[in-house]
Amino acid sequence: MARGLAMKMALARGLGALSRLRGGAGTSAPGKALLRMDPEAIGELSARLPEGSVLLSATNGKTTTATMIASIFSHEGLRLVHNRAGANMAGGIASTLLAAARPGGGIDGELGLFEVDEMWLASIASQLRRPRAILLSNLFRDQLDRYGELETIAARWAYALRDDHTRESALVLNADDPVIADLGRERARGVLYFGIEDQGLSLPGIAHAADAKHCRRCGAPYVFDAIYLGHLGHYHCPGCGQTRPHPQVSAEQVSLEGVRASAFTLRTPAGSERVTLALPGLYNVYNALAAAALASALQVPLASIRAGLRDARAAFGRAETLQLDGRELRILLVKNPVGANEVLRTLALEPGSHDVLAILNDNIADGRDVSWVWDADFELLAGRVRRATCAGTRAAEMALRLKYAGVEPRRIVVQPDLATALARASGDAGTSGRPLYALPTYTAMLSLRELLARRGHIASAMSTEG
Amino acid sequence: MCALYPDLLNIYADRGNLLVLERRCRWRGIGFEASSSGLGDRLDPGAHDLFYIGGGQDRDQELCAEDLLATKARALREAHANERLVLGICGGYQLLGHSYALAGETIEGVGLLDVRTVREPGPRLIGNVAFEVSPTLTGTEDGRPRVLAGFENHGGRTRLGAGATPLGRVLRGHGNDGRSGWEGAFSGHTIGTYLHGPLLPKNTWFADWLIATALGLDEHELAPLPDELERDAHAGALRVAGV
Repeated sequence: MARGLAMKMALARGLGALSRLRGGAGTSAPGKALLRMDPEAIGELSARLPEGSVLLSATNGKTTTATMIASIFSHEGLRLVHNRAGANMAGGIASTLLAAARPGGGIDGELGLFEVDEMWLASIASQLRRPRAILLSNLFRDQLDRYGELETIAARWAYALRDDHTRESALVLNADDPVIADLGRERARGVLYFGIEDQGLSLPGIAHAADAKHCRRCGAPYVFDAIYLGHLGHYHCPGCGQTRPHPQVSAEQVSLEGVRASAFTLRTPAGSERVTLALPGLYNVYNALAAAALASALQVPLASIRAGLRDARAAFGRAETLQLDGRELRILLVKNPVGANEVLRTLALEPGSHDVLAILNDNIADGRDVSWVWDADFELLAGRVRRATCAGTRAAEMALRLKYAGVEPRRIVVQPDLATALARASGDAGTSGRPLYALPTYTAMLSLRELLARRGHIASAMSTEG
Repeated sequence: MCALYPDLLNIYADRGNLLVLERRCRWRGIGFEASSSGLGDRLDPGAHDLFYIGGGQDRDQELCAEDLLATKARALREAHANERLVLGICGGYQLLGHSYALAGETIEGVGLLDVRTVREPGPRLIGNVAFEVSPTLTGTEDGRPRVLAGFENHGGRTRLGAGATPLGRVLRGHGNDGRSGWEGAFSGHTIGTYLHGPLLPKNTWFADWLIATALGLDEHELAPLPDELERDAHAGALRVAGV
């Protein structure tokens, strides 16, 4: 093995440790340092993986889906190199590989599993030198001030999938997302589609936060025969005849059980199984289905898929449940309108009036533009909130949104400081036994976890930077 | 109130603007009816007090531009001539001008505002923004022009023609083109601006101004509302814009 690389790796690790000592959070710092010294590092290190790599990307659900895949593979006894903390750009992925790499030339793991930021898919896919499989689950409007337009990402992905490096990768695509499904159009084989097949779940009309309503080929508006979530569903184009591809892996007879659990019948080419999930909401059914589809594409037995999904727990900061001074604190991450809608819809499934701690930050990782909260259906909370405490750098804006969404102003408290807000929200008289639902944006979630860790409510608060 | 292309030009939380107008009318017992006019629909210039055009992705904007000229331009010009409010945000603003030049092709606008939008090399103009609105349009408060604060995100640079009046002077942010120091444009009661945020939730004074103007009232004639949260949010927007 090149001596040069060994030295660079040692240097990078040292720089990373230094950065942490200085108080920098960064699980990306060592990787960034390594890539500066050796731009080919991701390719070189991932080449050591005997089973190669798989990667996945989406607007929503990357970390949870990856967590589910990891759980499935653990039932197969396969050791993974996986960026489980969610650092999903080049630096984070390089750091993950660096941490697993052995100085003697091997690597501590058999298969690479990487969630990848949408803008980095092309770059990472080519650096991984022929990934075995690429899973693409959804494209929604995310932080507009970060990425401009959805079309740009879709075009980049289409371009990336025509590359030599990805031509032989198995594609695992969400049939229910017209933009994603269309990415498989040019492949004769090697594409596995997944989707939901449950008419009972169909929503009455296409939701406000929906994108991708026009045919990818001819521009005519799609006719949606069923809508499940955002713009995901069953569709066809009356203009050119394009239809949703038939999924080889599907979820039927879906059952959503409030904020606690869900279940569905998983149908694959290898058979069917009833799957239970300790995670709520249709969005997690989609995540589980995506994980199952990827596993299916890699010929993982159904029993391992079922067991893995059953045992999957909330990914870092998403739908986590903690105990806080005698009450349950549920952290439901909100990042963009579609994700927020699913969280709100799931919350609305729980009967009664809720205590909510909404934390709206506008740091770079959250998106500096907070107008997205007006695209999310906070109206689902109208009349369903006992007390809403608003915190974060844009607390006042969040409070305003709730007021216009139909939450009575007398039930809204504005307290920008997180620690004070948490104390107020959880210490309310008459709250014992009532869960507190925290709805934080990304950096707010990190701050919340850090605060809880300092107080001993959770074991550790890992922080990441993109 | 009539929203044009609500399913195509709504990419930027425009819904928040319409919601604020609706609520603030309802809370005062003022009747509010929202209708929409999409691709292929005609527009009745006399039937609405306010016409709203939001922002969209390039592809959708092109579609709407064609349709605007084909089915709605005449009605909008008539509305403009009759001093009805026409409010265009971002993409909508661009379409109210003469043209929008994208890479390789130029979209023709309705021409209610004497502005032209072009793309130039360089980054998108993104960030928090605040500007003073021309007192000719919205008067003053405590002797000073009133301020709109929000967020901009546009690749287009809009140039004011000789006959154009800017909507306001930039305090912080890029405005129309990142250079001129002007933001938006207006002519009579046709108003265009790049301000998202959305515009009206962060600046409810302007929502009330629109409502009063639409009804032919003085703002003071509108019943006051308990606006503590609104004032906090506006102050927050100003703060984050650095004003």
